[in-house]
Amino acid sequence: MTIESPGGPSAATALLDVQRLRKVYEGKGRGVEAVRDLTFTVGAGELVCIVGPSGAGKTTLLRCVAGLLNSTSGKVVLEGRTVTGPPPGMAVVFQEYGRSLFPWMTVRQNVERPLKEKRVPKAERQRLVAEALDAVGLAGSHDAHPWQLSGGMQQRVAIARAVAYEPHILLMDEPFAAVDAQTRADLEDLVRALWKRLGVTVLFVTHDIDESVYLGQRVIVLSNSPTVVLEEVPIDLPDERDQLTTRSAARFTELRGHVYRLVQRAKDGHRPQD
Amino acid sequence: MTAVPAHAAERGRGGRRHRPPPAWALGLAGLLCLTAVLELAPRAGLVRERFLPPFSEMVSALADQAGTGAFWHALLETLRGWAIGLAIATAAGIVLGIVIGGVPLLRAALSSTIEFLRPIPSVALIPLAVLLYGTEMRSTLLLVVYASFWQVLVQVLYGVQDVDPVARETARSYRFRPLTQVRTVLWPTALPYVLTGFRLGAAVALILEITGELVIGSPGLGKQIAVTQTSGAVASMYALVIVVGLIGVAVNAAARAAERQVLRWHPSVRGEAVS
Ligand SMILES: Nc1ncnc2c1ncn2[C@@H]1O[C@H](COP(=O)(O)OP(=O)(O)OP(=O)(O)O)[C@@H](O)[C@H]1O
Ligand SMILES: [Mg+2]
Repeated sequence: MTIESPGGPSAATALLDVQRLRKVYEGKGRGVEAVRDLTFTVGAGELVCIVGPSGAGKTTLLRCVAGLLNSTSGKVVLEGRTVTGPPPGMAVVFQEYGRSLFPWMTVRQNVERPLKEKRVPKAERQRLVAEALDAVGLAGSHDAHPWQLSGGMQQRVAIARAVAYEPHILLMDEPFAAVDAQTRADLEDLVRALWKRLGVTVLFVTHDIDESVYLGQRVIVLSNSPTVVLEEVPIDLPDERDQLTTRSAARFTELRGHVYRLVQRAKDGHRPQD
Repeated sequence: MTAVPAHAAERGRGGRRHRPPPAWALGLAGLLCLTAVLELAPRAGLVRERFLPPFSEMVSALADQAGTGAFWHALLETLRGWAIGLAIATAAGIVLGIVIGGVPLLRAALSSTIEFLRPIPSVALIPLAVLLYGTEMRSTLLLVVYASFWQVLVQVLYGVQDVDPVARETARSYRFRPLTQVRTVLWPTALPYVLTGFRLGAAVALILEITGELVIGSPGLGKQIAVTQTSGAVASMYALVIVVGLIGVAVNAAARAAERQVLRWHPSVRGEAVS
C-alpha cells in the first residue's frame, strides 16, 4: 500500500525517509489512531525540528523512527534501509533524561557503555568519552553518579552519551522540557554547536515554538491527533545564531508568528484537506 | 524497601535538652528488662524452674556447652546445612527468576503454578524428605531449599518487573546485546529485590534448618535441642535456643550490611555521598 512519495529536491540525498507512516495503538476493544499519515524526508546533515500540539503523536513518531515501536503501516527508511528495530548509527535523547541514565553507573560508565557495545577499542573509547564530556562542560564530573548532578547536568550527560556514540542521526524528544530557561538556552546553543561541529543529522522534537525556530533549518508542523504534516516551514535565518540577536531579529519574529499560527490552527483541529 | 537507620537526622545542632535517647539505647534497655524478668521470675517462684530456669543458669549452661566438641560440631552442621541450602536456593531463584521474568510468555504460563506451589509450607514436605533421604542432612536440605527458594524467586520476579521502560528503551536504542541488557540494566534494577529475597530467604532457611534437625533428627543444633529436652537438661536447652536466636540476629545484620554496601547508588541508601 506504500505509494512512492514524490520526493523533494533533497530526496536523492535523504538520510531519513518517512513514508506514509501510520500508527494505531491497539487498546482493549478500541484502537487509538495516534499518527494517521506522515510523509517527510530529512537530508544528511540537516537539523529539522518537529512541533505540534500536545498529544499530536510526536513521541510516537520518534519512537517509530527509532525502531522502538512498530508502525501500523507505511515505513521508515534510514540510510537506504527500512527500519525494523533500533538501527546502528542512531542515538536517542529521551525526554525523561533522569530515567534514561543508569543510576548504578558513574557518568563516565554511562557514556562509555554504548561504545563498549559498539566494540570501540579502549584508547579510542576513552578519548571519545573525555571529548564528549568536555564538549558539554562536564569534564570534572566523570566519577559522579547521575543522581549527584542537577537536572541540566544530567541532560548534558545524556547528550554527551549520544555525541560520544558518533551517530549519523540524533533523535531528541523534547529534551529540554524540564530544565530552567537559562539552562535551556545554553543547551540549545550546545546542540547547535555540536551539530555544526560533527555534521550529524538531527531530528529535534519540541512543543516550544521559539525553540523550534531558533534551532532548526526547517520546522515540520504537525496537526493534532490523528496526525498528518500541516506544513513544512523553511527557516531562512542566518546560520550563525545567537540567543540575543537571532531572537530579536525581525525575520525570527515573522517565522515564529507563522509557526505559532499554524500550531494554533492545529490545536483547533485544522487539517490540510479542509 | 531497605530501611536505613535514622541517625543522620539526629545530628542536628541545639535542642539538646529534649532529644529522645537513640534507638540502640532503647533496644538495649529492652533486652536488659527481658533478661531481668527471665532471671527474677523463676527466682521469685512465678514460674517453675523446671520449665524456665533463671537466666544466669542458661548462661552458665551455655558456657558448659561451649566447652564440648559436640556443641561446636552441631553448630557447624547447622551453619553448613543453612549455607548450602541458602546458596542453592539463591542461585536457583536468581537464574529462574531472570529467565521466567524476562520472558513474558513464560511468566504468564508459570505464574499460577508459582502461586500454587509457593504457599505449601515446607514442613508439609517432611514426610517426603524422610522417604527420600531418611534422617540424612539432605532431608533437611530439601526443606531449606524449598522454603527459601520461593522467597528469592518471588523477589527476583518483582525486581525484573521493575525495570524502567525508559532505561530499557535506552538500552535497546544503543543496541545493547541481550546479555548486556541483563547484566547492565536488568540485574542492577533487580539487585535490591535480590538482596531482600536473600535476607528473607536466609531467615526462613534458618527456621527450616532447625525445624528439620528437630523433627527429622538430622545433625545440628536442632537435634541437640531435642536431645537436651529428652534428657531433662532444661538450662542447656534454653542455652541452645539462645544460640540459634543469636545466629538469626547475626545473619540478618550481615545481610543488611551487605545490602548497604552493594546498593550505594540506590535511593534508599545513597544519602549525600560526594564523589
Ligand atoms: N502506549 C500507548 N498506548 C495507547 N495510546 C498511546 C500510547 N502512547 C501514546 N498514545 C496516544 O497517542 C497519542 C499521541 O501520543 P504522543 O505521546 O505521541 O504525543 P506527543 O505529541 O508526544 O505529546 P506530548 O507533547 O504531550 O509529549 C495520544 O493521543 C496518546 O494518548
Ligand atoms: Mg511526547
